[in-house]
Amino acid sequence: MREGMVRIPSGCAVSAVMNTRGRRINGEAITRSIACMHDRSNGLGGGFAAYGIYPEFAELYALHLLCDDEAARLDADAFLQKNFEVHRSEPIPTRRVREITDPPVIWRYFVAPRRECLEQRCLEDERDLVTEAVMTVNNRIPGAYVMSSGKNMGVFKGVGFPEDISRFYRLDEYEGYMWTAHGRFPTNTPGWWGGAHPFNLLDWSVVHNGEISSYGINKRYLEMFGYRLELQTDTEVVAYLFDLLHRRHGLSLSVVCRVLAPPFWKDIDRMEAAEREANTALRMVYGSAMMNGPFSIIVSHSRGLIGLNDRVKLRPLVCGRKGDFVLLASEESALRLLLGDPDEVWAVRAGHPVIVEMERSVAA
Amino acid sequence: MKSIIPPEHIIRVDHTRCRRCGTCVRGCGFGALSFARSLWDQSLAVFKGDADMENIRSRIEPHFRDHVVGDNTKCVQCHYCVTHCPEGAINIEPNPLAYKATHHWLPEYMRNVWLQAETGGVILTGSGNDKAYFSYFDHLVLDACQVTNPSIDPLREPMELRTYLGSKPDVLAFEERPGGGLRLKTRLAPQLKLETPILFAAMSYGAISLNAQKALAMAAREAGTFMNTGEGGLHRDLYPYADHIIVQVASGRFGVNAEYLERAAAVEIKIGQGAKPGIGGHLPGEKVTEDVSQTRMIPVGTDALSPAPHHDIYSIEDLAQLIYAIKEATAYTKPVSVKIAAVHNVAAIASGIARAGADIIYIDGFRGGTGASPLVIRDHVGIPIEVALAAVDERLRQEGIRNRVSIVAAGGIRHSGDVAKAIALGADAVAVGTAALVAMGCHVCQKCYTGNCSWGIATQRPELVRRLDPEKAAERLYNLLRGWSLELKEILGALGTNAIESLRGNRERLRGVGLSAQDLGILGVKPAGVGIGG
Amino acid sequence: MLEINAQGMPYRELNRLIREAVAAGEESFRLYNVCGQRYIGAGLRRPVYIEIHGVPGNDLGVFMDGPTILVRDNGQDGVGNTMNDGRIVIHGDAGDVLGYGMRGGSLFIRGDVGYRVGIHMKAYREQVPVIVVGGTAGDFFGEYMAGGIMVLLGLYGGARRPLAGDYLGTGMHGGVIYVRGRPEPYRLGKEVRVFELENGDAAILQPLLDRFAEHFGTEPLDVGREPFTKLLPVSHRPYGRLYAT
Repeated sequence: MREGMVRIPSGCAVSAVMNTRGRRINGEAITRSIACMHDRSNGLGGGFAAYGIYPEFAELYALHLLCDDEAARLDADAFLQKNFEVHRSEPIPTRRVREITDPPVIWRYFVAPRRECLEQRCLEDERDLVTEAVMTVNNRIPGAYVMSSGKNMGVFKGVGFPEDISRFYRLDEYEGYMWTAHGRFPTNTPGWWGGAHPFNLLDWSVVHNGEISSYGINKRYLEMFGYRLELQTDTEVVAYLFDLLHRRHGLSLSVVCRVLAPPFWKDIDRMEAAEREANTALRMVYGSAMMNGPFSIIVSHSRGLIGLNDRVKLRPLVCGRKGDFVLLASEESALRLLLGDPDEVWAVRAGHPVIVEMERSVAA
Repeated sequence: MKSIIPPEHIIRVDHTRCRRCGTCVRGCGFGALSFARSLWDQSLAVFKGDADMENIRSRIEPHFRDHVVGDNTKCVQCHYCVTHCPEGAINIEPNPLAYKATHHWLPEYMRNVWLQAETGGVILTGSGNDKAYFSYFDHLVLDACQVTNPSIDPLREPMELRTYLGSKPDVLAFEERPGGGLRLKTRLAPQLKLETPILFAAMSYGAISLNAQKALAMAAREAGTFMNTGEGGLHRDLYPYADHIIVQVASGRFGVNAEYLERAAAVEIKIGQGAKPGIGGHLPGEKVTEDVSQTRMIPVGTDALSPAPHHDIYSIEDLAQLIYAIKEATAYTKPVSVKIAAVHNVAAIASGIARAGADIIYIDGFRGGTGASPLVIRDHVGIPIEVALAAVDERLRQEGIRNRVSIVAAGGIRHSGDVAKAIALGADAVAVGTAALVAMGCHVCQKCYTGNCSWGIATQRPELVRRLDPEKAAERLYNLLRGWSLELKEILGALGTNAIESLRGNRERLRGVGLSAQDLGILGVKPAGVGIGG
Repeated sequence: MLEINAQGMPYRELNRLIREAVAAGEESFRLYNVCGQRYIGAGLRRPVYIEIHGVPGNDLGVFMDGPTILVRDNGQDGVGNTMNDGRIVIHGDAGDVLGYGMRGGSLFIRGDVGYRVGIHMKAYREQVPVIVVGGTAGDFFGEYMAGGIMVLLGLYGGARRPLAGDYLGTGMHGGVIYVRGRPEPYRLGKEVRVFELENGDAAILQPLLDRFAEHFGTEPLDVGREPFTKLLPVSHRPYGRLYAT
């Protein structure tokens, strides 16, 4: 049975690096950081999200696809051609790596939504069309899976240890201002590349350590707003919650984090009246979006990074800063390996997000 | 007409232990126990003045040993006597009378035929449907964490049960102040705040005693939840607890005026009741005592008839009209709940109720209790709460309007496991009626409609009502809520969650045991043995 | 006198204006261009005066407890629903289910009324609700009636329609219905019977007839000269033998 049809709990390592002034970093750096936590994963999943890697196509959506075979890719191709103007279509370059076996067909498209499609579907925001297209490929086109769908970014993932995945995808040949990475410890053999992290939608990418015990209700909540969660992964839930609450409902990132890991009632009860009212309302209205159970997550988007822990701190997450570099990782060692002696290093507090944004002056 | 119905129970008094203290004789609300002496006196009174009889009597009397005798035909097996006999000298046993064994003509059905042959009437009963219908609750099990996620220890780590009932928007707008202050810009509809997701179900003054209502009100306040007046009006003694009282507007409009609406924490429009879907109610005149008459605002001794429908609701748009009439009359300050019985088309009905502007939908399953209902209705009309709840929650989600209303599920909740399962199926909170009465002493004898309740609960007879000490009964009710709440926290902890909202509607944490594929589909639950996402 | 032009005004706004003005001490209102706004007077508990020009929407005076409402035109359904006290005077016709569960106060309707008028009206202590209808009534007049006084005059119906419809007083178990005429037996609910007026009836009925005339500026009817009969319930416990216990 393929992952996506069953849910596979897993342990993990997460790591992220960002330069707040937009200076680009080689993929080799993040690889070293995640490799440092090798023992947190078991070789059954590794992946990376890289931002700022396609400056020459910055206005186009970069669709990274995993396809079981060429036939599946052609089906996906036909569908994409119908909905998008495809500016470029090519295999993602890989190199032969002994540890990586049986890779799928890996392809990327640089596309722009067709105006007439937006008109027909009465969609105002072209991102809604991209979202729908991703869902359609993933759910309706057998054997095809969109790994990532943002602009000037891409996800590279597969079955293997993350450092091997990095070599396979030749990440040392990419430069980006922000990277996230994931090493996975699934509890059985997935054998499916799509199950690895990061999980992506538009420019939202999520790497995630832990299990979400509230998954069932988070899923039903999102389904009420038209999301189709068919991969059975927590990470999918996180990405869609950010998309719904931030992009569609207009909540700020810090409020979104507060929805996901809200303050306890005992703390809300001690707040001054207006603050209490706001937080009470937030829990009342968004209770079904609250994520319960152990998690540390790193959510990235084109302008920044968010690190968030569950509200009783059941998973680790450490943050470090040196100059205009900010790093997040499951373990401090993974930071120090890159930063040397950081200016600052601290453990992310339960339920209190670290939100890092690109300096305003920097164009993404 | 001489009755040919044999008694259901046999009263056994152990005369070697009985000290003839009379506790049982005074205790029985149904007059099933008496001293033989008084029976003897009664029978001899017939011969008063007959010299010969007096003579016989004086000779017999010294040898007559007074003792307690039971009239089996009056016993309802409420166990008041058994519980209160200081010597443990009394017991009630089923009548072993050997009916011809049959799987079809059970003794109950024969008895009922005889009863109707003798009276030509509608058979009344109390409490809830007691027939051996399949229980979905008993075929659902909860999940727990092992290894991949940790369970949480509820005694030492935070565990939150707080629940708000009321209509919620899909989206909130905030203003964020520099320095991190958060201000709410959206105006919220009024909400009920519950410290535990368990309400007391509607039970009217008239159906139950004022002392029972007081106990419910005190316990509700203590536990941070709500009791419900039913359609009997709000007695002035309950005014101090009004912040924890939901008042009902039912078809009879008893005790309903603007002041009644103003005092309440919330207003409930009662359309139907699980024990008697689709039919009206009838409080017989003899139960309309001075006090009941004041609360219901009708003359003493008159029958209080509740029409089957609300006569201002013949269609869904009329429900909207009444909901907004109540909102107008209370200046939009209180949530309006609509209570319906679980019937076949409950999902579509609930959707209509949500769209009609209700803040809360209260669904009462076919196991729900009653003070009085025709037996045939109680036992044969309506559907189980589990399937009704699952269907409603799913429908409201499919239509994207689940946030607009809270769902209260009731009708057959017996323990905290049922509470957790109902919440996982999609309820925001549950309501308990029978369980609350049992906590106060009720033994579910199902004779509430007679008004003779020995336990002082379902009666207006002052000498019986006096027995129920509201303070003590409130303590028992509070203890029940406390116990169930602790158990809910244990369940949440085992599930690896620390807030009730992570269980609410989380059917992924339920599994069915021995349910058909179709049942599983309706419940939205996977069979045991299938993992998450399978 | 607060005048409000209700043209195109949603009922929520209209009623909020009234509620706030009442709270601020306003005692009398004139509402113009009313057309279908519901719940006017809902739950008001002060003896204010509201004059309505136009046709008010359903549930006029619902849960009302004291005000006087005058309607110059017709009323719709549900007038005086669960009303506790006050008075509603309608110069035209009115719809179905008037005075449902009404416990006190009075409704005067000059013209015809619809079905189920006075349903489940009840009296309690000094509260005796009254409905006086100048025209004719539809079926189920006084259904479930548990108390209070209903008067049906049939002044304007003529031969066009009968004085009262079928099932007159069905389920009635309290109160009295006065009818200007003698309803045919087949129209009666099985719980009521027609009686001649007795001593004491005039003392109840005549003041209501006078009040009716006063409200609508007509000549007062004289109880003694008109063919009044009354309907009373046969039993206060119509369903006493219904159950097997």
